[in-house]
Amino acid sequence: MPDGAQTVLHVEGLKTVFKVRGGEVHAVNSVSFDIKPGELLGVVGESGSGKSVTMMSLLGLLPSPPAEVREGRVMFEGRDLLKCTPSELRKVRGLGVGFIFQDPMTSLNPVFTVGFQIMEPLRRHLGMNKEAARKRAQELLELVNIPDAAQRLGDYPHQFSGGMRQRVMIAIALACDPKVLIADEPTTALDVTIQAQILELVRELRHKLGMAIVWITHDLGVIAGIADRVIVMYGGQIVEQAPVKELFAHPRHPYTRALLKTVPSVRGARAAKLNVIEGQPPMLTAVPTSCPFRPRCANAIERCAAENPLRRKVGPGHDVACFRDFDEKGALA
Amino acid sequence: MLDHTPTKKTLVEVDGLRMYFPITAGLLRRKVGDVKAVDGVSFNIYEGETLGLVGESGCGKSTCGRALLRLYNVTEGSIRIGGVDIATLSHDALRRMRPTMQMVFQDPQASLNPRMTVAGIIGEPLDEHTKLSHSEKLERIYELMDAVGLSRDFANRYPHAFSGGQRQRIGIARALALSPKFIVCDEPIAALDVSIQAQVVNLLEELQDRLGLTYLFISHDLSMVRHIADRVAVMYLGKIVELAGREALYESPKHPYTQALLSAVPEPNPENESSRRRIILTGDVPSPANPPKGCNFCTRCPKVMEICHRVEPASREIEPGRFVACHLYETATTAETTAAHNSAGKARLSNDNQPTQQGV
Repeated sequence: MPDGAQTVLHVEGLKTVFKVRGGEVHAVNSVSFDIKPGELLGVVGESGSGKSVTMMSLLGLLPSPPAEVREGRVMFEGRDLLKCTPSELRKVRGLGVGFIFQDPMTSLNPVFTVGFQIMEPLRRHLGMNKEAARKRAQELLELVNIPDAAQRLGDYPHQFSGGMRQRVMIAIALACDPKVLIADEPTTALDVTIQAQILELVRELRHKLGMAIVWITHDLGVIAGIADRVIVMYGGQIVEQAPVKELFAHPRHPYTRALLKTVPSVRGARAAKLNVIEGQPPMLTAVPTSCPFRPRCANAIERCAAENPLRRKVGPGHDVACFRDFDEKGALA
Repeated sequence: MLDHTPTKKTLVEVDGLRMYFPITAGLLRRKVGDVKAVDGVSFNIYEGETLGLVGESGCGKSTCGRALLRLYNVTEGSIRIGGVDIATLSHDALRRMRPTMQMVFQDPQASLNPRMTVAGIIGEPLDEHTKLSHSEKLERIYELMDAVGLSRDFANRYPHAFSGGQRQRIGIARALALSPKFIVCDEPIAALDVSIQAQVVNLLEELQDRLGLTYLFISHDLSMVRHIADRVAVMYLGKIVELAGREALYESPKHPYTQALLSAVPEPNPENESSRRRIILTGDVPSPANPPKGCNFCTRCPKVMEICHRVEPASREIEPGRFVACHLYETATTAETTAAHNSAGKARLSNDNQPTQQGV
C-alpha cells in the first residue's frame, strides 16, 4: 500500500493521563498513527505499555475520572472524535468503529440472550425492525461459523464456550459493517487450538468484508501471522513502526530486538538459555523527558537520558524512536 | 511392563491417578455424577529432570499437579515420591513429607499473604517445619533471597510493593525454604509479561542446576515448555495422550491432538506463518463431566476411525520412552517396538528419551 493512500483513522499526538492517589500516571504519551482501508495493523507491547488505553481513548471508552484524554486529534470521517458529544460518539461506536474486547467471559451481558445482544446495534444504529434484525443476526452468527445459528440466537452467553463467546463478540462488532474494527487481545483468554480457529476466521472475514482492523496483542507469533503493519509500544509510546516482514527481519529499536529474542519457539533451534531483558517496565508517573527504555537498554548513550527520542524514518514505512543507528544485523553502525 | 532399566533414579511414580470431583444436585446434595478432572494418569519423573505437562485449560493439568502433592485427596491411584506412597499417608506422616515437595503457584498476587512481609512469607515454612533460632532463620531467609535475586533490603516490605516478576521470585524462595527435592510449578509464568517470563524461567533453570531440583512444569505455553522441559506429557480431557522426550515430541508429534496443538502455535516469523500448514480443530473440548465414549479426542480428531467411538485406546510405548494413546499406532505397535528394541532402540536412547514405566 502506498504511503499516500487515504486513511480511515488518523490519530495525532494522543495523550491520556490517569489521576491516581498521590499523582498521575501518563499512560499514553504523544501517540500518532494512521490506519488505511482494508489494512490489518498489529499493536504489540507488554501489559502497561498503553496499547489498550490508546485504543479505548479513541472512542471515549475510558471512565473519566480517573482517565483524562489531555491532548491529540482522532480524525474519523472528517470529524475529531475527541471533540464529539457523547451522543455523536455513541453513533460512531458500533456503526463506524467496532470493538472486540479481551475477555469474552465478562464482556457479554449474562441476562440477555445472544440474539438480543447482536440485534441491539442493528436496531439502534440501522433502525431495523425486529424481524429484519433477527434475520441479519442469524446471518452474522453463520458468518462467524456458529452451527445451528437460528436456534442459538435464543441462548444465553453462559450456554456458549469461550471460543464461541468470542465469535459472538466478533459478530456483534461486525453487525453494522464498521469501517474500522478494533480487537483488544481477542485471543489472549483462549486456548491455542481455539485461537487458531479465531485467527482463521479473521483471515477469512478480512477478505470478505474489507474493513481496516487494529489487532492488539502481546503475542508476536499472532502478529506475524495476520498483520500487514506493526506498531511496537513501550512505556506509553510508539517506539517502532514497520511493515510486518520488515519488522521481523530488520528490527531497529533495541526493545523490539530484545523482545524478538526473548520468545522461545516451538520450531527451529532451541537456545540453551533464554535471552532476558533485564529490569522492569517503567512507572509512568510524569511526562517522559528521556527515553523510556533507557534503564533496560544495553546501547544507551548520554543523549538518551537528556531527551526523549522522536520517531524518525529509517526505511519505507519504517520509523523508529531511537537515537542510535543499527544496521540490518542489529549491530551499531 | 518395565522394558528397560532406567538410566536415572525415579523420584516420582504416579500410577493410575484419578481425581474426580462430585457433582451434587437437589436439597440433599445428592451426588449425580463426577467431573473426571484426572482420569487414570500414569507417569514417572526422574531425579533432576523437568517433566513438562501441557494441555489446554480444563484438561486437568493443574488438578494433576495439585493431586501429586496431595493438595486434594485423590480418588484412586498411587503417588510415590521417593518410594513413599503419599496418596494413602496419614495427615501426620504427610506433614513430615511436606518439606521434600513444594509448589510454585500460578498467580503470584493471590498466593502471597498481603499482610505478611517478605521475610514472614519466606520464613513461614521454616517456622512450621524447623526449630531454627531467630537469627538462624533470618540468615536462611537472606540466603534464599540472594538465591532468587531479591535484594536483602526488601525483607521487611509487603507483597504489594513488588512487581509480578519479583512476587514470583518470592513465591519461588518460599518453595525453596525447606530444601525440597521436588517442586510442582503450576503455570509459574502465565501471569507474567513476556520480557519477565524469560527472567523467571532462567532463574528456575539456574536453581535446578545448582540444587539438583526435580520439576513438574505445568504450562499451556508450548514454546516455553520446549525450552525448559526434558520430557513432555500432553494432556487432553483428564488423560495423557502422549508422553515423549522433548526433541522427539516437538519434531514428530504422533498423537493427532499433539499434532494439532503444535500446529496451532503461531510462530514469530511472518515468512513461515503465511505458508505454514495448520491443522485447525473444529469444535470445543467436551465436558469432563460427560466425556465421549471411546477415545476422548474422537469428537474433534481429524483422523478419527470407527473404532475410536467404541474403544478407549490404551497408552502404548511405540518407541523406547515414547507413549501414545491412539488407535492409529495400535496395529503396528508390536512389530515396531520389537524392531526398535533390537536395532535402532539403543541409538535412539542416547537422546534424552527416557524409558518410562507404563501404567493404566
